[in-house]
Amino acid sequence: MRFFQELTKGFWKEIPPFRLVLGLCPALAVSDLCSKAIGMGLAVTFVLVCSNVLISAMRNVIPPKVRIAMFIIIVATFVVIVEMVTHAFVYPLYQQLGIFIPLIVVNCIPLGRAEAFANKNGVMLSFADGLGLGLGYTIALFVLAAIREVLAVGTIYGYQVMASSFKPFLFAKEAPGAFVFLGILLGLMNLASSKK
Amino acid sequence: MSKFLLMVISAVLVKNILLAQFLGNCPFQGTSKKMDTAMGMGMAVVFVLTLAGAITWAVQTFVLEAFDLVYLQTIVFILVIATLVQFVEMFMKKAMPPLYRALGIFLPLITTNCAVLGVCLLNIQYEYNFVNSVVFSFASAAGFGLALVLFAGIRERFAISRIPKSLEGTALGLVTAGLMALAFWGFTGMVKG
Repeated sequence: MRFFQELTKGFWKEIPPFRLVLGLCPALAVSDLCSKAIGMGLAVTFVLVCSNVLISAMRNVIPPKVRIAMFIIIVATFVVIVEMVTHAFVYPLYQQLGIFIPLIVVNCIPLGRAEAFANKNGVMLSFADGLGLGLGYTIALFVLAAIREVLAVGTIYGYQVMASSFKPFLFAKEAPGAFVFLGILLGLMNLASSKK
Repeated sequence: MSKFLLMVISAVLVKNILLAQFLGNCPFQGTSKKMDTAMGMGMAVVFVLTLAGAITWAVQTFVLEAFDLVYLQTIVFILVIATLVQFVEMFMKKAMPPLYRALGIFLPLITTNCAVLGVCLLNIQYEYNFVNSVVFSFASAAGFGLALVLFAGIRERFAISRIPKSLEGTALGLVTAGLMALAFWGFTGMVKG
């Protein structure tokens, strides 16, 4: 039962980057198109699941004094794997995400979960935690990207949804729009959960 | 000389690392509640990022490229930055206690500031030489500091304003950052390309 609790908390209760204010930079930078958002979300999910499982399996072996350095190396290893795989098999995505793939190392979600969760819990629970938060992050990025893509280009994931007379709202695509829409979305989430 | 000036203006105002390239947002939201913490964080970033830019450039050129190990770039850079931060902290504690007291608590946070790793990677991506890398690192960090201090100035006023309950904290912080980004966007025409 605990397994499902840890899995589902990532979808609403602790959904990053809203509840858990980590990983803001990529959330702002790659959320102008849905395809980029999903690619980024899945990359983070992969790194998070792998690093959580490995760290929780090694939690009794890692000396507490050097644990942060160990965590960084473990996370960085999986990030390099993602970097190489996307470079080899999905080159267009690799080019679009660019510098933000190596920056998953310092995106704080994998490192934060390693310190706060995987270091203290068993392998199965850490797996659920990583998967839940990773998918939650993907959903959050997708929602933000869908809003911005509809307003800026009139499409969702490349499919036309607005009438052809729709005038693109370029503000949503540029940097200021990213900040404003993420802020508004966060405010709406706070409002929704305070009503309950 | 004018080339460097252009580079500095471009990195500080036009392509501001924080507001136009979205790097370093976590400390931006975290340390901007008060003016003095914002100043401390800004100065610590300027110091570490300039050093890190120089050192990672040297590591890339003389170690990674020389021995054909470029695929290790991400791991090596993050380790170099983490070690550098630790080293700077120890050195400051011993040699410059007043500066250490001012910047000390911000130093460990810098390792996971994506602006630092981001700028080091950009230096390599843009194929800058050593001097350009150092200037670009310094200018980017100065842009980060400028945005952070300006933002803290605005944010201090939140304390005396009436804010809708659901927008308190990060939500309004992000919207404010968006409006600031809009202001910085106005500089776009200044530098071409």
